[in-house]
Amino acid sequence: MTVLAQQLVLGLLIGSLYGLAAAGLSLVFGVLKVLNVAHGELIMLGGYGAFWAVALLGMDPFAALALVVPAALVLGAVLFLGLFGFVMRADEETRIKNSLLIGFGLALALHALAVQLWTADERSIPTPYGGAVITVAGLSLPVVRLLTLALAFALIGALHLLLAHWRWGQAIRAAAEDWQAALLTGIDVRRAYLLAFAMGTALAGAAGTLVTIGYSISPSIGLEWTLKALIVVVLAGLGSMLGTFTGGLALGVAEAVSAAAFGGPYREVVGLVIFVVVLLVRPRGLFGR
Amino acid sequence: MLEVQGLEVAHGDVRALDGVSLTVGAGEIVALLGPNGAGKSTLLLTIAGLLRPRAGRVTWDGEDLRRVSPHLVVERGLAMVPEGRRLFGSMTVEENLALGAFAPRARAARERSLERVYALFPALRERRRQVVRSLSGGQQQMVAVGRAMMTNPRLLMLDEPSLGIAPRLVDAILDSLVDINRGGVAVFLVEQNVRAALALAHRAYVLEQGRIAAHGPAADLLEDPHVRQAYLGPFGR
Ligand SMILES: Nc1ncnc2c1ncn2[C@@H]1O[C@H](COP(=O)(O)OP(=O)(O)OP(=O)(O)O)[C@@H](O)[C@H]1O
Ligand SMILES: [Mg+2]
Repeated sequence: MTVLAQQLVLGLLIGSLYGLAAAGLSLVFGVLKVLNVAHGELIMLGGYGAFWAVALLGMDPFAALALVVPAALVLGAVLFLGLFGFVMRADEETRIKNSLLIGFGLALALHALAVQLWTADERSIPTPYGGAVITVAGLSLPVVRLLTLALAFALIGALHLLLAHWRWGQAIRAAAEDWQAALLTGIDVRRAYLLAFAMGTALAGAAGTLVTIGYSISPSIGLEWTLKALIVVVLAGLGSMLGTFTGGLALGVAEAVSAAAFGGPYREVVGLVIFVVVLLVRPRGLFGR
Repeated sequence: MLEVQGLEVAHGDVRALDGVSLTVGAGEIVALLGPNGAGKSTLLLTIAGLLRPRAGRVTWDGEDLRRVSPHLVVERGLAMVPEGRRLFGSMTVEENLALGAFAPRARAARERSLERVYALFPALRERRRQVVRSLSGGQQQMVAVGRAMMTNPRLLMLDEPSLGIAPRLVDAILDSLVDINRGGVAVFLVEQNVRAALALAHRAYVLEQGRIAAHGPAADLLEDPHVRQAYLGPFGR
């Protein structure tokens, strides 16, 4: 019983990062109608950014967020202006096709870059509080992972508030719902797209940082994280960041349960099964609007 | 103020406008009439900058609008209520109205514009926290007109505002246009409700198959044999 409970808790902890990873993908997909298949590589890049901040600058791993997130924001703006912005002129179908091509190209390039800069080895960031564990009711809770969960939740909350109350957050939601109507109300829709893409990339950077702290990264984790994020987006649907976060937690728990029930290798299968089942039963996702 | 000259617009291979010229002056109410598929929506969307003409041009206070991005057309004082309202359905009445005042010039006048919209449509004030999707068609149309008025325009273009709305509310919407016009805003109204539109307008154009088939003072068009026969029935119903 405690074994299962322990697995569930660990599932929740990793699930919070699935949710954070998915939030950026969901924002970009929901607003620009562009599926950025390089999202996982952006997470990977964020992870290495944090790795550098700690290794080269001697920063506290969590404080690295304060560096990685703004840097990722700028990177996102550059990627939009240099790559993804061009597809936005096309109609929706061409846009999706072209953005897939750009995304795959970008993913390959970033992967190659990461191997050059950091080698193909797996890395993680050692933290001063390292292996500290809190024990509650017989469950051991690693402090570092508890902190990653708390930070992931805080970031999602901040994003939610920005989209709900910030002027440009409302403009982003308006552009997501009907870009032509948004133009007719005087919103610079291209700028709303730029902001949404930059914010999506910043979220990827944050997710990467937390993944590197609580878990580990290597240049090849991109595809895996893109897939996790995509599963969560399908599971949760578009339109609600809190829904996306909940979807991430659900995926983490589902993986933990299936690993406990059928053994470790099935951990990766359950997400894909959920993916297919949700698409068949509820194509707009559990929380989709 | 608004001047359209020799406008030609196509949707792919389908030619929708074939040399349309018209003007709307400051403070005027001008109606644009015509059957389904005549190109009325195409004309408004082109003026707003959402469609680009193949030939001809649109000028606003002497400025060529062809290269101006749609959100900047709004900033110059030209607002549009699109066909089918196109509201942000998941947002509240007040959020929709606030988005109308997004651009800098409109934002400066935001409080005053909001009061003006609520004075125009008191029903919206009561429902300001309601999600737009839950409103009736007529109330949604009020939000659509209100959202466009929040941009603080000098010319308001409306694409069939009475479409799919209960008759009682059609009058409320059309009456509001007279109020809006009294406030100094020119109105360019696309309508299939010909009798109501001509009662309201100073001048009117009739668009058929992408060309202007008739134009003149509204009173004259009411007497025009072609207009009477095509749009008002043989006995001027
Ligand atoms: N997106 C589009 N793609 C292809 N053809 C279009 C498109 N929109 C309009 N058309 C065609 O262009 C012509 C003019 O259409 P438009 O919508 O401007 O007419 P309308 O006068 O507004 O009609 P309605 O009264 O039905 O709204 C029609 O022949 C229509 O079929
Ligand atoms: Mg139309």
